[in-house]
Amino acid sequence: MTLEKFANWEGTVDELKGLVSERALTGETMMLNMGPQHPSTHGVLRVLLELEGEEVVNCIPDIGYLHTGIEKNMEYKTYEKSIVMTDRMDYLNPMGNNLVYCLAMEKLFELDVPPRAQIARVILTELTRINSHLVWLGIGGLDLGVTSTMTYCFREREILLDIFELVSGQRMMSTYFRPGGLWRDLPDEFEAAVRHVLDTFPAKFDDYENIFVGHPVFIDRTQGIGFISAEDAIAYGLTGPMLRASGINWDIRKAEPYSSYDQFEFDVPTGQHGDVYDRYMVRFEEMRQSLRIIEQGLNMLPDGPFRSDNRKYVPPPRSELGRSMEAVIHHFKLWTEGFRPPKGEVYVSTESPRGELGCYLVSDGSPNPWRVHFRTPTFTNLSALAKLSKGYMIADVVAIIGSIDIVLGDVDR
Amino acid sequence: MKDPQLVLPEAFGDAIEGIETFRGQLTIYVAASHIVEVARFCRDTDGLRYVFLSEVMAADYYPSVPRFGISYQLYSMLYNRRLRLKVMWSEGDPDVPSVTELWPAANWHEREVYDMFGIPFDGHPDLRRLLMPPDWEGHPLRKDYPLGYETVQFSFNVDEINKHKPYARKNGDER
Repeated sequence: MTLEKFANWEGTVDELKGLVSERALTGETMMLNMGPQHPSTHGVLRVLLELEGEEVVNCIPDIGYLHTGIEKNMEYKTYEKSIVMTDRMDYLNPMGNNLVYCLAMEKLFELDVPPRAQIARVILTELTRINSHLVWLGIGGLDLGVTSTMTYCFREREILLDIFELVSGQRMMSTYFRPGGLWRDLPDEFEAAVRHVLDTFPAKFDDYENIFVGHPVFIDRTQGIGFISAEDAIAYGLTGPMLRASGINWDIRKAEPYSSYDQFEFDVPTGQHGDVYDRYMVRFEEMRQSLRIIEQGLNMLPDGPFRSDNRKYVPPPRSELGRSMEAVIHHFKLWTEGFRPPKGEVYVSTESPRGELGCYLVSDGSPNPWRVHFRTPTFTNLSALAKLSKGYMIADVVAIIGSIDIVLGDVDR
Repeated sequence: MKDPQLVLPEAFGDAIEGIETFRGQLTIYVAASHIVEVARFCRDTDGLRYVFLSEVMAADYYPSVPRFGISYQLYSMLYNRRLRLKVMWSEGDPDVPSVTELWPAANWHEREVYDMFGIPFDGHPDLRRLLMPPDWEGHPLRKDYPLGYETVQFSFNVDEINKHKPYARKNGDER
């Protein structure tokens, strides 16, 4: 199919000239459309591939199919009401998204978070990290011919989702973190449920690693594929496991500790080769490190308040409403008008399962944020897809997309 | 380790338009015409080494003038600190020079800013809309762009909805 024919149904031939080689215009190389409805694109990603035989000459990702205008919508809601929208960006990392938005707000308001809430936040975000990596592992295995892990990983993920339901009442869209702490205290059953995870998961992780590492098809399809050097990884803005697989030891939890991560001991796994295989191994090890963090968190979880009592920003608990007129006034004010933070701009970044998740918050002093922007990790990681896949076979593109661990809700927002 | 608050005004003089610290975060306002030189200086100078570009984002400060602010989040892995460069821009000003030659990472970020705010970048290799469809009219994150909604298409109202689409106006009610 020549480009002219290809473009007839899309109407974008002028835009594509200059992106593809001259040979595509004469039909010498083939243009192939992959997605947006393709199982290996992990959502709705469209990739235009220019192929010479089976070799990828050029690759043009096309995103925006899941663009929901979350940033625009948040400008029309009060600060606290827009927390629900952050869950829906990266739907595999809802707690992490809540966390970065709450941290940005807390930085802007100079709001303190009690220690119990900080440790609980760490435990829950690490559980979310395991949850996210399990989905990535199951679906990534499906791409690469390791089909059995899909059901195993989703079985384990179910246990984690039950814990999220236990604490927040919601399996996936938890909206559990609030400015100043948590929505409500951790339930009594929480510790036992998490201990069960700590006891059973390490053996499961070993099993999965054996399935992958002992699988010749997996090894053939990942080693030496999708290489990127450390210098290029930095220039292309890669973060998270993508960057660490190239040998750079940079983890925001270590470099700029937030939410009491400085009290925890854990290792940051890195790779050496910067290929798909190393990205898999880095994530495997990250899951084990997350268990370490969770165990320490459970052991040090202090008693005490779970939310700040700064009534300028935090509504009073239900129990006070029947007794105190002041509490009723605060309640009414905070749930109708919202609060008025100081003017200013802050940028806060956290380490999500996929990389640097940042929130840029601009306040003009009104109850609605003037501008919220999320620096999402897969957005930047995906922009390097052309760099990663040039020169490899078309089947490798599937492996490379899987190793980026894209979540299209995170890319498009 | 050098202090960018001292080094940058020394090296660029009037091109540094202001320095601001809020909540411990440093923002340096740079003239739009000089952003590439300043960014390259920040990246390559010993003692600064802001080698990592986290993001490029914009905000619409309507009705104040200049209207748009474009922020570049830089990070120095060596010294573990951040710096925000900020460029103010209004419609009618010359295009903002693109930093894609320094960081390929800026490619999609600048495309997103162009898509959402209509801020053109000079020297960008591929300045197209990124998230919105290519035939979209307007720039959604501008403050004068209403929130709006898309009517849900059913079989009974598909003709009526098609009439309001940009392509219908262009081709005279047929597609």
